[in-house]
Amino acid sequence: MEHTVISSSKFNAWFGDNHVVKDVSIAIEKNQVIAVMGPSGCGKTTFLRCINRMHELIPGATAKGSLKLYDDEIYQMNPIYVRYKIGMVFQRPNPFPNLSIYDNVIAGYKLNGLKMPKADFDNIVEKSLTSAALWKEVKDSLHKKGTFLSGGQQQRLCIARAIAMEPEVILFDEPTSALDPISTSSVEQLFHELKENYTLIIVTHNMQQAARVSDKTAFFYMGELVEFDDTKQMFTAPSDVRTQNYITGRFS
Amino acid sequence: MEARLKIRNTKSLLFKGLIVFLAFLITIPLIVVLLYIIKQGVMQVNWHFLTHVPAPVGEPGGGIANALVGSILMVAVATIIAIPVGILSGIYLSENPSTKLAYYSGLCVDILQGVPSIVIGIVVYLWIVKPAGTFSAISGSVALAIMMLPIVIRSTEQTLRLLPPSLKEAALSLGVPYHRVIIKVIVPCGFSGILSGIMLSVARIIGETAPLLFTALGNSFLSYSMKKPMESLPHLIYTYATSPYDDWHNLAWGASFILLMFVLILNIVTKLITRKWNIQL
Ligand SMILES: Nc1ncnc2c1ncn2[C@@H]1O[C@H](COP(=O)(O)OP(=O)(O)OP(=O)(O)O)[C@@H](O)[C@H]1O
Ligand SMILES: [Mg+2]
Repeated sequence: MEHTVISSSKFNAWFGDNHVVKDVSIAIEKNQVIAVMGPSGCGKTTFLRCINRMHELIPGATAKGSLKLYDDEIYQMNPIYVRYKIGMVFQRPNPFPNLSIYDNVIAGYKLNGLKMPKADFDNIVEKSLTSAALWKEVKDSLHKKGTFLSGGQQQRLCIARAIAMEPEVILFDEPTSALDPISTSSVEQLFHELKENYTLIIVTHNMQQAARVSDKTAFFYMGELVEFDDTKQMFTAPSDVRTQNYITGRFS
Repeated sequence: MEARLKIRNTKSLLFKGLIVFLAFLITIPLIVVLLYIIKQGVMQVNWHFLTHVPAPVGEPGGGIANALVGSILMVAVATIIAIPVGILSGIYLSENPSTKLAYYSGLCVDILQGVPSIVIGIVVYLWIVKPAGTFSAISGSVALAIMMLPIVIRSTEQTLRLLPPSLKEAALSLGVPYHRVIIKVIVPCGFSGILSGIMLSVARIIGETAPLLFTALGNSFLSYSMKKPMESLPHLIYTYATSPYDDWHNLAWGASFILLMFVLILNIVTKLITRKWNIQL
C-alpha cells in the first residue's frame, strides 16, 4: 500500500512579481527518496521552502495553490506545526554555535521551551545521532560545541537535529554541495537508512548522486515541473526533450 | 637596477621609521599624563579615603565615599535603563535594516552620538529637574543613560548583523517562533559583542561631568536617595580641583586615580570577554 505524504496541485510561488514556481502538481509517496533537479534558478529551492512554509519568511514572497501534507492544506496549518512535521537540512551545515552537540540535537525542543525528563532527552540524542551515523564519532564529546566538528560531521549533526523532531518529511537543499567526497558519501549512505522511517526530498545538482540515492526524480525547468518519474526511467529514457537535454549536458 | 632597488629600500625603511616614530610620539604625552595621575593619586588612596566623606577645609583626612557611592549608583541605574532600550533598538535595526523607521532611528542614533554631553544635561534638566522642582540622582542617571544609548544600540546592531542568516533559518525551520529565535539564538550568539558594547559605554560615561552638572548637581554628604542630589567622581574632581585648597586638590587627585582604575579595569574586562566568550561561527 503506497501512501501520499506531500501532494501539490497547480501550486505557484512568487518573489514580488517574479513568478518562480508555476503550476506545479506532484504527489510524493511515503518512505521514498525524491531527487529534485534542474538548471540553476529554476525554482527548486523555492518549491522546497514552500513545503515547510519557509518561503513566506522572505519579504514579498507569496504562494498560491494547493499543497498538502497528507490531507491537510499546508498553507492553512500553523506554520510552526508544519515545520515540526517537515524538517529541513540546508546547503551549508548550520549547527548552533552557542550550543553543545547534545543541545544542538535537541535544539528543536530546547528552543521551543518543550520540557522533558533528562533521560528522555538522552534517549532522543542517542537515537538521533545513531540514525545520523554520528553517534560513534561524538559520543564522548557530546558537551563540546557543535562547531568543533568537521563539515561533514556538522551536516550529519544538522540531520540529527531534524530527525530528533521525528518529522514526516525531511527536505534537503543541496546537502552535500559544501562537503568533500568522503563526507558526501557518508551522507548519501545515510539517505538509504533514513528512507526506512522518513520521506526525503533532496535538491541536488549532482546527477550521479540523484541516480545513486533517489527512487524518483523531479525535473524542474524555468519554474515548471517538466517531468516526475522513476529515477531509472528518467535517466535512461526521459520523456521530455528538455530533461533529455539537461541530463546529456546540452545546457546547464 | 641594483642602485634603484637600494634607493627604494632605503625610502621604505625611512617611511617605516617615520610611522613608528610618530606612533611613539603620540603615546608619550598619554603615558606622561597617566603616570602623573598615578603618582599624584595613588598616595591618597587608603581605606579611610574610600570610606569617608570630604572633610571641611582645614581639617585633615576626609575621602570620597559620597562620590564613589554616587557614581556607582548613578551608573548602575543608567545601565539598567540603557540596556533594555539599547539592546531592543539594536535588534530592531539589525532585523529590519531597510524600513523607514530603521533609517530614521539610525540617523537619530548617529546624531545623538554627536550631541555634546552638556546639551544632554540641559535637556534632562528641562525634562525632569524643572518639572520635579529639584536636582536628583535619577535625573543624572537618565542623562547618562541617554549618552550610553548610541553605543549600546550600534554595537548590538553591528554584532547581530554579522551573524549569518543561516543561523536564523536553522531555528525557524525547527518551528521556533520568531521571538524565541531572537531571544534564544540571535542574542546568545551575539552575547560577547553586546556585552562589550555595554562595558565600553559604561567606561565612556563614568567620567562624564557635564551631563551631571544640571541634574545630579553634587552633594558633599553621603546620600543613597535617587530623588536627592548626589555626588559623583567626575563632579567631585571638577569642584575640588578648581578650589584654592591643597587638601582638596589631593582629594581630586585621589578621585582621578580611582576613576582611571575604573576605566582601565572596564577596558581590560571587555577585552577578556570578547576573547573568552567569543562564539566561533
Ligand atoms: N530571496 C529572494 N528574493 C528574490 N528573488 C529570489 C530570491 N531567491 C530566489 N529568487 C529568484 O527566484 C528564482 C528561483 O530561485 P531558486 O533559488 O528557487 O532557484 P534554484 O532552482 O534553487 O537554483 P539553484 O540551483 O541555483 O539553487 C530565481 O530566478 C531567483 O532570482
Ligand atoms: Mg537552490
